[in-house]
Amino acid sequence: MSKVGIASYGLTKFSKDDSKIESVLLQSTKKLFDSNPNLNRNDIDAVLVSTNNNSKYLSAVLSEMSGIEPKIAHSVESLCNSGTNAIVSAYSYISAGLADVVLVCGAERYDSPGQILEWDNSRGEFKHPIFWASIFTKAYKREFSITDEELAIVPVKNHKQSKNNPNALSEKTYSLDEVINSKKLTDDLRLHDCSRPCTGGASILLASEDTCKKYTDTPIWISGIGQKTTSAGFTKNITFSSMESSRIAATSAFQMSKRSINDIDVAEVHDAFSVCEPMALESLGFTDKGKGMNMIKELHTTDNFKINPRGGLIGAGHPLGATGIAQTIEITQQLQSSADKRQVNNAKIGLVHNMSAASTSSTVLVLER
Amino acid sequence: MNFDAELENGNFMVSECNHCQKIVWPPSDFCNKCFKEVSWRKGAREGKIIEFSRKNDSYFCLIEIEKSIRIIGKLSKGIPIEGQQVKIEKCGIENKNYNFEISLV
Repeated sequence: MSKVGIASYGLTKFSKDDSKIESVLLQSTKKLFDSNPNLNRNDIDAVLVSTNNNSKYLSAVLSEMSGIEPKIAHSVESLCNSGTNAIVSAYSYISAGLADVVLVCGAERYDSPGQILEWDNSRGEFKHPIFWASIFTKAYKREFSITDEELAIVPVKNHKQSKNNPNALSEKTYSLDEVINSKKLTDDLRLHDCSRPCTGGASILLASEDTCKKYTDTPIWISGIGQKTTSAGFTKNITFSSMESSRIAATSAFQMSKRSINDIDVAEVHDAFSVCEPMALESLGFTDKGKGMNMIKELHTTDNFKINPRGGLIGAGHPLGATGIAQTIEITQQLQSSADKRQVNNAKIGLVHNMSAASTSSTVLVLER
Repeated sequence: MNFDAELENGNFMVSECNHCQKIVWPPSDFCNKCFKEVSWRKGAREGKIIEFSRKNDSYFCLIEIEKSIRIIGKLSKGIPIEGQQVKIEKCGIENKNYNFEISLV
């Protein structure tokens, strides 16, 4: 099977702006084109839009606004991991020979309807994500004797890292005390434990091996893909202290890429809430169960940006449909050694972990230079 | 049988597949294993707490009923403990959301 690579990308700054979804889509697409003068609109065979926005026909709308007349155009929605789902769809079109060049554009507004899964009535009146996050946090703390103070290191670390990300929503750093004393949302969750919904766009251009090399001297290859959906409803999770779908997706991605977790130099993991970062590290295999915080503490004290260099969702903000694409762009920049102050030394192989609805589904990508 | 209409009247119904001998949850007209039509019966109201937390003064608990149905409900009074026995005191639909009020047994 011939390789599929990342040829170009464009990002908007994440903000609380009241912009139309179409403008956000166009803005990141324009940035992608601006950064790649070799790219001809006629080369683009497919335009995929990743969003939870209720506006319809957005891939055709974006195509028209960008002067593209693609063969394939449609939206992809899968709540918080819409972005990597769209990338996997693009990969598949290229691998199948139905397209050679695919533009994947993710965007969301701060008031996205994708934050609430209306269908999940098992959650009763507790449908807001802070409730599953509280259950996860409580279960994780109980099972592994972890304290709120320890978990508070996650936002401290990730805001510190996002300070070096010019596109991040957060421009502040926080102390442990500030995180612990931030507004208490539930007994197990504080405001700074949460990633924040925001307005943002992220575009990425995928192409087949030979075509990719026409656009860039530093293509980044997608060498592994793993996806798993275990359920839609939060309460169907078999555990509340680990991420089963992420574990399975990572296993598949490593199998496809013929790599292991030990090969990963840099990773973006889906820290929707503080507790998600140690849980993700454990489920992906970076560390044993219950030991995620040890790894995070060590990375933080040594100023090692290996995990969530752009600040993760907590630091960068979480525009749902754009998140997985922004994560993939970050790892691309890291592998191209173009991540400026966030650069992890000599990063050759990277990983993206993007999940939805309390880890009921996950996507894991392995990227290589 | 309309699960929502029954719930609105305070009745907690369960869909069950007689062929697979399993409860189908969330409620559905068809078994998620064999696609045969389910049968309906009144669900048990007693269960146990799997996990819980608290928002303001009100505890919300993830509970398990009949070893397969999991829902999140609001505890009417008392302090929950993991594994504790509880029962659905009241159920209904409010603002389009299912609503479960539970109490300690």
